[in-house]
Amino acid sequence: MEPEPNPLFVFPHRHLLGVAGLSPQDIEGLLAAAEDAVALSRQFEKKRVSLRGRTQINLFFENSTRTQSSFEIAGKRLGADVMNMSVGSSSIKKGETVLDTAATLNAMRPDIIVVRHHAAGAVALLAQKVDCSVINAGDGAHEHPTQALLDALTIKRAKGRIEGLVVAICGDVLHSRVARSNIILLNALGARVRVVAPSTLLPAGVERLGVTTYRTMREGLKDADVVMMLRLQLERMDGSYVPSVKEYFAHFGLDAQKLAYAKPDAVVMHPGPMNRGVEIASEVADGPRSLIRDQVEMGVAVRMAVLEALGGRLRNA
Amino acid sequence: MRDAAPPPPPRALFVDARLICPASGLDEVGALLVDDGKIAAVGRDAQGQVDGAEIVSCRGQILAPGLIDVGAFVGEPGAEHRETIATASEAAAAGGVTTIVTRPDTTPSVDAPEIVDYLKRRARDTASVNVHPMAALTKGLAGKEMTEIGLLLEAGAVAFSDGPRTIASARVMRRAMTYARDFDALVCCHVEDADLTAGGAMNEGEFASRLGLPGRPKAAEALILERDIRLAALTGARYHASLITCAESVAIIAKAKADGLPVTCGASIAHLTLNENDVGEYRTFFKLSPPLRHEDDRLALVQALAEGVIDIVVSAHDPQDVETKRRPFAEAEDGAIGLETMLAAGLRLVHSGEVPLARLLAAMSTRPAALLGLPGGSLKVGAPADLVVIDPDAPWVLDAASLRSKSKNTPFDGARLSGRATRTVVAGRTVHAYGRPSG
Repeated sequence: MEPEPNPLFVFPHRHLLGVAGLSPQDIEGLLAAAEDAVALSRQFEKKRVSLRGRTQINLFFENSTRTQSSFEIAGKRLGADVMNMSVGSSSIKKGETVLDTAATLNAMRPDIIVVRHHAAGAVALLAQKVDCSVINAGDGAHEHPTQALLDALTIKRAKGRIEGLVVAICGDVLHSRVARSNIILLNALGARVRVVAPSTLLPAGVERLGVTTYRTMREGLKDADVVMMLRLQLERMDGSYVPSVKEYFAHFGLDAQKLAYAKPDAVVMHPGPMNRGVEIASEVADGPRSLIRDQVEMGVAVRMAVLEALGGRLRNA
Repeated sequence: MRDAAPPPPPRALFVDARLICPASGLDEVGALLVDDGKIAAVGRDAQGQVDGAEIVSCRGQILAPGLIDVGAFVGEPGAEHRETIATASEAAAAGGVTTIVTRPDTTPSVDAPEIVDYLKRRARDTASVNVHPMAALTKGLAGKEMTEIGLLLEAGAVAFSDGPRTIASARVMRRAMTYARDFDALVCCHVEDADLTAGGAMNEGEFASRLGLPGRPKAAEALILERDIRLAALTGARYHASLITCAESVAIIAKAKADGLPVTCGASIAHLTLNENDVGEYRTFFKLSPPLRHEDDRLALVQALAEGVIDIVVSAHDPQDVETKRRPFAEAEDGAIGLETMLAAGLRLVHSGEVPLARLLAAMSTRPAALLGLPGGSLKVGAPADLVVIDPDAPWVLDAASLRSKSKNTPFDGARLSGRATRTVVAGRTVHAYGRPSG
């Protein structure tokens, strides 16, 4: 039997540009809908028709196979016609701006555009110029709302709750949209959020975002329920932000020894793609407490929930 | 455009005016007589000097020296799509600005006497206000070799600056300042370490972190300012920090002045009236260089202006065409226009009681005139009749589309303002009258 979405939940936004601005009710509504999508996705027959006749464009100015395929599968499971556009840098070199691209796509009358861009604020800028719904699939170091939602869903399913949990976000917070969206969302749901990183990888005034900062894994992971690792771009380890891969892994790489600082039942997460041996050891990434593969599954479900929530608004509009 | 042989400027008697001359401290109701492009009599001496003069009633409004704006970008040569001397001077006239001192970072840059000469001729032919060029301090603004400071001065350059670029090399800076000192030339500098701010899009801090934008730390400003002040002490050159934006810089300048060093500074009207929160959701019209800072910094600047630590207030006029602003924040150009709004925005600080009116007008006229050795900036007899009539309370809402500048990148679109220039006079000629077409 196909699970039906909660008919009482109406998503009150035209776009999903960030977690900031979502109420706890919005978040809970999306997470509940995503639970239904998980069940649907585990069936033999995975298709629903709620977005039949709708056109979804995945517009990626920055390559991301994982996120793009997750959105593609999510859209297709809901019956949407999905088109992938990897703009890369070619059009930028030709001098086409974000807004030119937006105007061009808008003329093709899509219903939902999923956008990833390397510049903070670019997705919001694009959203101002199109008539359809826009989902932010990551803009610079600003936000990545579906990642934070899928992380919340993963935590909730593993721990039964989010409120009161101690979540340690470890690594390159400075350049991470995943960290920013998670900090906002986890705070909204009542978790206690920590960040653990060398100071060169922390943004100015990070404490004001609602976190406690730690400079060592030993202190930062103490009593943690959830250990969330962040990807560290290789080009940032050549002495510009941290001295070397060796030193970074020794101090901040998550291995079994460091994970032992956390609670015995602590779970491990990573948004992917992982740098094994840099921020996370294989023994942990593939270990029994790793939720990394669950995150990928929840990603599809959360994106289905978001697409359906925005698609539902389209019908009412 | 003026004719080759213009008719003599009219003799005019401004009556029923509140005369404010920051240079002499004059603040009284009376009349002012203009003859042959100069101020001929002020106050009691001007009463009743009708004798063939056009009578201009100021209806009790303020009559003050025309404003002098230091460091406006006018687009010529090379960026005429953003602004021209003609459009900049129309904007200036509408804003009560009678003298523009232009920025040297044009294309090509103002690093040779013939370019100064070109600008002066273009100004003579197309401008309705006075235009004086600043020249580059180093050739091509490259920060390596000093320009022909002596020849540029003779050609008419009034100060030396690399515009929005900071000279990275302390050695080059020292030599240029040492050489400039022999000519008593004013060296104006953008104070921000370009290396430390590389990639930065707005003020470093909580707000930038929330937006996920790379920050520009205030320390980048303070460390160049401290370096330059030590070089001013070493060389004895007259040094002017073009734009200071934070509380740290205020303290550094105050100390340098207390130490008796030949150091002055300016602040932009945007930094005096706006803060980083105005960026809101990536609003690129609020993307400036240096960036808008924290509210505490703004308050420190306002206090420093009131106390005279900040010498001059500038518009930091920087026209940008819309395409370079309609981009993701970090990729958009810096800069805001300001010639037409400088006075009205500045009056906000007067209405709020933070800065006395005479102090504001001094920072926009008398002080820049003294700093650059320009003849305006006062209501003294014999001074050029560069004047502005100000209705300090007139309420209005700014509509960007109505601005005279060729570019409309104002951070004050839709702002409620009190006070405006109702008449602007350059060398005795009215170049702007509110409610009438200018010219």
